[in-house]
Amino acid sequence: MSNEVPELQALADSVVAQAKPGEQIEAYVSRGGETAIRVYEGEVEHFVSAQSEGVGIRVIRDGRTGFAYAGTLNPDAIAEVLADARDNVAFGTPDEFAGLAVPDGVAQVPQKFWDEVLAAYPTADKISLTKELERLTLGMDSRVRVEEANYDDDWGEVAVATTTGIRESGRGNSCYVSVSTLADDEDETQTGFGFSVGDSPKEFDLQRAAREAAERATRLLGAVKPASKRTTVVLDPFVTSQFLSVISSTLNGENVAKGRSFFAGRIGDTVADPRITLVDDPTNPLAYTATDIDGEGLAARRNVLIENGVLKMFVHSSYSGRRMGTPSTGNATRGGFAGTPGTGCLALQLTPGTRSQQELIAGIDEGVLIQMVAGLHSGVNAVSGDFSTGASGMMIRNGAVAEPVREFTIASTLQRMLLDIVDIGGDIDWLPMRAMGMSLVIRDVTMSGS
Amino acid sequence: MSSTTSAPLVAPDVIARVLAKGRSTGADFAEVYIEDKRSTSAGLDDNKVEQVTSGRDRGAGIRVVAGDTTGFAHTADLSEKGLLAAAEAAAAAARQGDGGVHKVELRELLRHPVNTVRIAPSEVSKARKVELLQRANDAARSVDGAIVQVSAGYGDSYKRILVANSDGVFAADDQVRTLFRVSVVANGDAGMQTGYDSLGHTIGFELFDDNDVEELAIRAAKQALTKLKARPAPSGSLPVVIKQGTGGVLFHEACGHGLEADLVGKGASVYRGKMGELVASPLVTLIDDGTMSGEWGAIGIDDEGHPSQRNVLIENGVLTDYMWDFLRSRKEGRPQSGNGRRQSYADLPMVRMTNTFVTNGTDDPEDIIRNTDHGVYVAKLGGGQVDTASGDFVFGMVEAYLIENGEITEPLREGNLIGNGPQVLRDIDMLGNDFAMGNPGTCGKDGQGVPVGDGQPTLRVTAMTIGGTAA
Repeated sequence: MSNEVPELQALADSVVAQAKPGEQIEAYVSRGGETAIRVYEGEVEHFVSAQSEGVGIRVIRDGRTGFAYAGTLNPDAIAEVLADARDNVAFGTPDEFAGLAVPDGVAQVPQKFWDEVLAAYPTADKISLTKELERLTLGMDSRVRVEEANYDDDWGEVAVATTTGIRESGRGNSCYVSVSTLADDEDETQTGFGFSVGDSPKEFDLQRAAREAAERATRLLGAVKPASKRTTVVLDPFVTSQFLSVISSTLNGENVAKGRSFFAGRIGDTVADPRITLVDDPTNPLAYTATDIDGEGLAARRNVLIENGVLKMFVHSSYSGRRMGTPSTGNATRGGFAGTPGTGCLALQLTPGTRSQQELIAGIDEGVLIQMVAGLHSGVNAVSGDFSTGASGMMIRNGAVAEPVREFTIASTLQRMLLDIVDIGGDIDWLPMRAMGMSLVIRDVTMSGS
Repeated sequence: MSSTTSAPLVAPDVIARVLAKGRSTGADFAEVYIEDKRSTSAGLDDNKVEQVTSGRDRGAGIRVVAGDTTGFAHTADLSEKGLLAAAEAAAAAARQGDGGVHKVELRELLRHPVNTVRIAPSEVSKARKVELLQRANDAARSVDGAIVQVSAGYGDSYKRILVANSDGVFAADDQVRTLFRVSVVANGDAGMQTGYDSLGHTIGFELFDDNDVEELAIRAAKQALTKLKARPAPSGSLPVVIKQGTGGVLFHEACGHGLEADLVGKGASVYRGKMGELVASPLVTLIDDGTMSGEWGAIGIDDEGHPSQRNVLIENGVLTDYMWDFLRSRKEGRPQSGNGRRQSYADLPMVRMTNTFVTNGTDDPEDIIRNTDHGVYVAKLGGGQVDTASGDFVFGMVEAYLIENGEITEPLREGNLIGNGPQVLRDIDMLGNDFAMGNPGTCGKDGQGVPVGDGQPTLRVTAMTIGGTAA
């Protein structure tokens, strides 16, 4: 990473130095802190200031893996974690593909992850901008109440070392604001949200966060349940981002290797509309989840997964790569010190179209603009491809947005939806999520309502 | 590991000094929550035990309240120095500035054990835990050659907590949880389908004396096989019958979250201002009960040191109470209800459910199906999600069938159901006499997950929107 953290690197190195003959060891150490400020009715409702640290140690011997972690960097605890991880080795099944990542010579793309302005930003100013966000939101519309306005920032330092020669450390910080709204009309209440991210609070667009939060809630007032029909949907950028994240699990090399992806064996096939070029590119600094290394310490890189509708490749960690006889693509994921690396996409991007959402809608006689989806975790199955989510949004009639609708579902299959994409917006939004957003038009989706 | 003998995690005199420090900037309330959690988990996938994991999470969260402002800090350092530093940070965050000296007198240590542990998981060898995974794997694969993949997970945790506050509350609890899950993939002519089942209780390794992991694995396998023959679920509005012990999540989403006093207090619940009103079919009595021994959401004390209790939320359709935590109770001048919970020492407590269930009705479950001409029978529900302000909620059907002419017929593919909480509660027109608790769940709110249980007898909703693709 760009800013080395020698103290943590030394700690990770010291664990790895204890490896016995025939033993592979990986040590992952991290520490960090957060500030969370919530404002309600002009007052600070809570102020959280916290620090945390921890270590995770993986030991591999004879193809067997053991792991242990602790939420402390106390030396006694680290010794205990190493002993536990060693003890756990005996219970794993030998796996010829088990092992740590090996340096592959791929160069990191330098990026900036630490912002000095944020690091030095005064607490009082964080509080006042959160209050300002609440005030701005309330000023947008008299029907709007604010449930909470939040400021959150965090900083983190991490180091990883392995007996196979990986040595990486780095630090980063980030911040965002968000606001949740309620809009009332007689007995009815609808909800909305808005947010803004930036390298430092100086980059926040509080006006936009406030406006979107107010609009999302108010434009649903008076929404009715629509009649069931097959129709064309326009996914809002925020929804598209969630849709791409679901799709990404089918492109995950570990799922492919273990028979959990319907795309297994289909490289070279047309799996999506030819307009679709889907790239995983954590080296793009615009992506919220941009990174220079993956969860195993290999350089993050740009991978083209689907090109003009044709499936080109799957993403791999070193483990899934070894299983499939292919190198890691720098796609190990890691949730922190308490877990071992997995495999997954890091920063998904779709090649944009040229038109605005309004222009896309202008070409649609009848359809629905999907503003929110609910139940992605309960009604979407990336193994079978079944897709069904709750939704709310606006009807589209004669090329324009019409009445608001809610309490309906949209359903299809992931396989069909990729092929049924008929247009892509140029309205790129770098959301604080794993995938960028933009409007996406998909035909022949079942809308289920009354 | 008897729940009454272990010593407090930090000495009472240290805690009293930390609480006094917490109030030193003029705050009217200070609280220390200390947690020491050890966990073991093991995962099998693709015929291999991938790894055994040992985890240790230990630390303190310190909360200081001054007026309507809460300051919070947490630390992994449980020495007096570490705790005092965190208390100072929390106090600074909530500063009012009287700078007075405060003295805190703690009551006798309260313990209110509701769970019993016969076999502490820490006393059981890792080899026995791993063996369970292999048995489940073998059992699932033996059901049919179409089962192409199995993953299984075992987990146990032993969490000791100590809560003390400047009002004198001083309470401790030991919580042992043991969990097992199996998920399978079956492959057929029309593609792949999945099956899933899980088992979890707030008890020790005796979980496996009373439950057979092989049976669990076979159930998951059969579910996936059944779905290979499934046809697309219908779209549109139909009567829905939900099998006992599988649909508690419906109430969790349709009204549970909406009865949390923090959301009600901010006007973010469709149930605000409805106390004493008929909000559900008179058949419905809804209870949240943290004392149900051994259930996944059972706790001796909540994470604010209040003993768990049984709370009647809806009685014969009438809204009788919301669920409460310390802050909301204080604001409204009423007793706490044992629903102040948090994911860990690093999180602020808020109003959370424990075990939420609907009590028995009088209908024979067979009659409920027989009396349904055309509808959907949900044999297993997935997760759900609710917008508490509008009341709109979804939940997934993981295993479902068509009901035709009073009989369960063809299996349906997965999808979500959507409804509006108050409407669905009113539309419950038949309630079975076959109450059962459901699978262990993790409830997410504001980024924090806590273990919860749910349960219900077989019931019918006259109409819900099914999120399928078939006409």
